[in-house]
Amino acid sequence: MIGLLLLYGGVALLGPALSRRLGARVLFLCLVPHIATLAYLVSAWPRVAGGRSIAESHEWVPALSLGVDLRLDAFGLLMAGIISGIGVAVFFYARWYFAGRSDLGLFAGVITVFAGSMVGVVMADNLLLLYVFWELTSVTSYLLIGIDHQKGAARAAALKALLITGMGGLVMLGGFVLVGRAAGTFSLSGILATPPSGATTTVGIGLVLVGAFTKSAQVPFHSWLPGAMAAPTPVSAYLHSATMVKAGVYLIARLAPVFATVVWFWRPVVLAAGVATMLVGGYRALRETDLKLLLAYGTVSQLGLMVVLVGAGYPDLTFAGAALILAHSLFKAVLFMVVGIVDHAAHTRDLRRLHGLGRRMPLVFAVSVVAVASMVGLPAALGFLAKEAAYEALLHSGNPVVTAAVVVGSALTFAYGARFLWGAFADKPVRKEDDVALEVAAPSPAIVLPSVVLSILTLVLGVAPALGGKLVTSAATAVGRTTELPKLVLWHGFTPALGLSGLAIAVGVALFLRRGSVDRLQSRLALPAGLTTPYEHALSLLNRVADRSTGVMQNGSLPIYVGVILLTVVLLPTWRLATDGRLPSRIEFADSPVQALVALVVVAAAIGCARARRRFVAVLLLGAVGFAVAVLFIMQGAPDLALTQLLVETLALVIFVLVLRHLPEQFPRRSSRLATGLRLGVAGGVGVFVTAFAIIAAGSRTHPSAGDGLVERALPDGGGRNVVNVILTDFRAFDTVGEITVLTVAALGIIGLLLARADGGEGEEPGK
Amino acid sequence: MKLSRSLILDMSAGPVFHVALLFSAFLLFRGHNAPGGGFIGGLVAGAALVLRYVAGGADEVHRTVRVAPELMLGLGLALAVLTGVAPWLVGDQFLESAKLSVDLPLLGTVKTTTALPFDIGVYFVVVGLVLAVLRTIGGEE
Repeated sequence: MIGLLLLYGGVALLGPALSRRLGARVLFLCLVPHIATLAYLVSAWPRVAGGRSIAESHEWVPALSLGVDLRLDAFGLLMAGIISGIGVAVFFYARWYFAGRSDLGLFAGVITVFAGSMVGVVMADNLLLLYVFWELTSVTSYLLIGIDHQKGAARAAALKALLITGMGGLVMLGGFVLVGRAAGTFSLSGILATPPSGATTTVGIGLVLVGAFTKSAQVPFHSWLPGAMAAPTPVSAYLHSATMVKAGVYLIARLAPVFATVVWFWRPVVLAAGVATMLVGGYRALRETDLKLLLAYGTVSQLGLMVVLVGAGYPDLTFAGAALILAHSLFKAVLFMVVGIVDHAAHTRDLRRLHGLGRRMPLVFAVSVVAVASMVGLPAALGFLAKEAAYEALLHSGNPVVTAAVVVGSALTFAYGARFLWGAFADKPVRKEDDVALEVAAPSPAIVLPSVVLSILTLVLGVAPALGGKLVTSAATAVGRTTELPKLVLWHGFTPALGLSGLAIAVGVALFLRRGSVDRLQSRLALPAGLTTPYEHALSLLNRVADRSTGVMQNGSLPIYVGVILLTVVLLPTWRLATDGRLPSRIEFADSPVQALVALVVVAAAIGCARARRRFVAVLLLGAVGFAVAVLFIMQGAPDLALTQLLVETLALVIFVLVLRHLPEQFPRRSSRLATGLRLGVAGGVGVFVTAFAIIAAGSRTHPSAGDGLVERALPDGGGRNVVNVILTDFRAFDTVGEITVLTVAALGIIGLLLARADGGEGEEPGK
Repeated sequence: MKLSRSLILDMSAGPVFHVALLFSAFLLFRGHNAPGGGFIGGLVAGAALVLRYVAGGADEVHRTVRVAPELMLGLGLALAVLTGVAPWLVGDQFLESAKLSVDLPLLGTVKTTTALPFDIGVYFVVVGLVLAVLRTIGGEE
């Protein structure tokens, strides 16, 4: 299993490198890990059918009990199958969608990383590992929504999605930690086998639910998903309908059978969120005129239904939920791909302007009809089986209010499904100024092919329930740990469930036929435009707080910065020194008269430097301080240190002189006595403190010096006689890595700042 | 301010530069057993570049070293980090050093440690920093 994840990672690195040469065909390369995953899943099926699982474990960070613990059961297999199967279809579609473009390296790499992370989410058996993959999908989703980064709207939508799902992810991490601590393990299967309970678990599960709700766009966190439609259509088809948004549903499904009874608020909260999402999504989908937004709200609505089904934690509802997850992936991917085809052909997605496309692209129309039939639950499509199973289960073990809400939701689904078909394909009168005189180019067969395949799959699975039934039954068994499950059945007879289906469809037909009245009602109920959403409100508040605090902390005055830093250095340790410090019994002021003389030179040069009026003189005197200190090092027998000090002083002097070219010759005149007094006070304080600290620290040694050990070990362990260099490159080499990283960053900062200030093009590449 | 050029400086800068570079390499390689090492060697090479700069300005430095400072910084850092990562391949810890003994023609058996490539990385980072400063702060107005 880890091999598959590594394959995704490897292809993601390889793709961008080859994209120049391959153009859009690079996406064929990205099919490789999907196909490998599918092959693996097929081979693994006999071992996971009927609720068993395969586990695999690799060590990662044992200290954090973070391991690459992977587990595949039938539910994971169903999800991974959707991820890789829909992946094949969408990537193939994207290759034609982006035909002729050669800048797909980033896209191909990121979407492959996403696919791998998504497979990781459904295979992870360690909560922390699951979190890592979960956040990877959020980040890659951000990059993919904003892939057209020249467009401000795309960037804003990407940021919104990242902030909401990222915030949810962090909250969820907190929940994972609480639950993991309560259970004493971060293993998902371990926690489900022996679930913890108590206040910690209750709070933790609440936090996890927030994460799942944000990811699966549940009310009130749903607003990022319609925004995410700024992404290219393949991204919407793949991430924002078929896979990523189902991560939250997946997690809820995993936890529900156990925690629906352990945590008292689970059912009310999950069902309320699901029902609200289902209805809000369906209602909004009826209002949108952009086909893609219509589908986005439709996805929101369907996600709500899935949460209702898998969230209750009853085996038969989970079973219906698993069937719906499969059916939804198949039909919603097709619908999004169709929107992309229509958009390409007619250059608009506005259903008020599109007309007559059904006659011009009959094949596209046909696959859309199949997909919509599955979405609204008409017989012969897979969606019908899922809907029937859902009604059966709801009537058997559901709450009547929830059942009624699902009927309403289904009626809305029928209405917006019909609206989609009508809007995209029907012959209808359009206003003169909206008539684009559609010069519709027939889509190439290749771009339609994936939709056709998925639609055929929808029909085959819909007509032959036994084919998909076994997979869905095994998945529900794996989640619910029970074998008492219904079956997917094409014809139940005239049951109450069929009646509910019929009722929903009848209401849906009525809603569609009276669409004029519905439109008027909706526009009367609509909130006034320009109302700030809570999201925008929170964002502007955050910006205001940041502005204010930056204004206080970073006021731009160098004397104040230095003053604050120096005062902190002096005051905090002084408190310790005064309480705990002891003066040594004997203080040696100098080893020899020469040493004292050099020290006097240092002091004199330092005073001269502080008093200098001209900058150049100050720099020279500062250099004199440095050179004199180097002499002290030599007298102490530290040639390495002295050599470094001399060289650094030399270079620093040169750099100072270079900078001085840009500064006035003289320092500005001191402004006031108060300012001068303050400076003297701070400087004097630092001087006194450092002296006192050196004396007291020298007398306070309680442990033997670390230096002796280093000197002894230098030759045997480090293989060198120069202890200083062995420390730098071996014993404390990690420190050195940090230091040269800082040097590099500083150098790049200098280059960046100064070249940005210089005139763009000329300063860009000084060497060429 | 534009410095007037000095004939003596112009003539001596070239030879001194090369001797200084050689000396910096000497410091770098002997660093493990006697005063020297990557930092000091890099600083000497940097000082040599500064000499070039004082004699001939930023253009002279460009002509002498054609490598972009960013590249030198990146290569140096990469070399140091790769030296640190390499022990993982044989199951050792990050940055764990090993002693090497190589038989070279002319020089005979040379004993060194894997700390040497690490130190070479440090050397290049320091030289890269000086180059970056000379090319930016030292550039013409």
